[in-house]
Amino acid sequence: MKIAVPADEKSLDLGVCPSFGRAPYFLIYDTETNESKFIDNSAAASQGGAGVKAAQTIIDSKADALLTPRCGENAAVAIKAANIKIYKTIDGSIMDNINALVEGKLSELVDIHPGFHGHQGGK
Amino acid sequence: MNIAVLSGKGGTGKTLVSVNLAAAAGKSTYIDCDVEEPNGHLFFKPEQIESEKISVKIPLIDDALCNGCRKCVDFCKFNALAYVGSKVLLFDVMCHSCGGCSLLCPQKAISEIDKNVGEIQKGVSEDVTVVTGIMNTGEASGVPIIKNLLEYIPSSNESVFIDCPPGSACIVMESIKDADYCVLVAEPTLFGVHNLNMVYNLVKLFGKPHGVVLNKCLEGDNPSEKFCIENRIKILGRIPFDNELGTLNSNALIVARESDKYRAIFTSLLETVTKEVQHETAVNS
Repeated sequence: MKIAVPADEKSLDLGVCPSFGRAPYFLIYDTETNESKFIDNSAAASQGGAGVKAAQTIIDSKADALLTPRCGENAAVAIKAANIKIYKTIDGSIMDNINALVEGKLSELVDIHPGFHGHQGGK
Repeated sequence: MNIAVLSGKGGTGKTLVSVNLAAAAGKSTYIDCDVEEPNGHLFFKPEQIESEKISVKIPLIDDALCNGCRKCVDFCKFNALAYVGSKVLLFDVMCHSCGGCSLLCPQKAISEIDKNVGEIQKGVSEDVTVVTGIMNTGEASGVPIIKNLLEYIPSSNESVFIDCPPGSACIVMESIKDADYCVLVAEPTLFGVHNLNMVYNLVKLFGKPHGVVLNKCLEGDNPSEKFCIENRIKILGRIPFDNELGTLNSNALIVARESDKYRAIFTSLLETVTKEVQHETAVNS
């Protein structure tokens, strides 16, 4: 299984990036090979629609699951359309979260927020 | 003359100033560009309402023709399109109706359809023509409605008062585009100065002649007044912080129509603004 996680830096020992759409990197972790790969999030600097663009990156990476503390509405629509499951992260490092998922300890993310769409600074 | 009324935040008194200036002017047009929450009509209570639906173009994707080249997805600057499971997904709220995707599609799989984003209502209140823009809940941008609203500016030389949205974002820029003069409304607090500074920078950037109305004036220090003096910004008038005005206004009454005292304040403000506009026109001609 391939797992995607937003990351502030290219390290498995640090916490999960609190933002999905604006995370600097995404970790793509393969649980079968234990291979980890960090990819740049080209959406991080977009003016608007970062969530959708970031979702596209996750979809194109062929991930099966996304672990994130939160996710906006539009991104969630795209990710779910690609049959990728979204799980809510817990405290701890990225690796802790991957282990928690493998052990079946993470729950699906249900509180999808309506998004922070630029113009008015979110509401 | 087209007068735009601005402020850095909501609740400063834009609607109070623009509604009462229009009422004091008599035969005039009031245009409410605060399309997210237009409230000028609550004061004017216009009659003989005519309404016009406003729509924008959004892409319609024919999945049968799409071959998944993703040119449209890569092109869209606003990230309104995503390619998921051999289909293009549209997020219409993000779409800025540029039409690029439909022009670009090599398969001719994208056409454009109308999407309703709100409406414009036009009515009359005594001598004042009241035009209100109303954006549908959930839309991301009021700009298309404001573009249409500004077409309601009459070609005659009667006065037009444009009640702008709060802040200094793109919808405000759109609202002041056709203005001859900008009236900035300011509160007498430090936060008020911060908000005034935002719109002051905007009108300077746009090269619009401008002046400030100090609202909610009390005895004692007025940081916004100090800001105007330091930056040599013309102070057009002062509206007192007073209970009677607050009560009339919160009961959705037009103070200039209710009492001679307030009528005098807004008539005098209107005279000052008119003189300023004429002066600016003379200087720039």
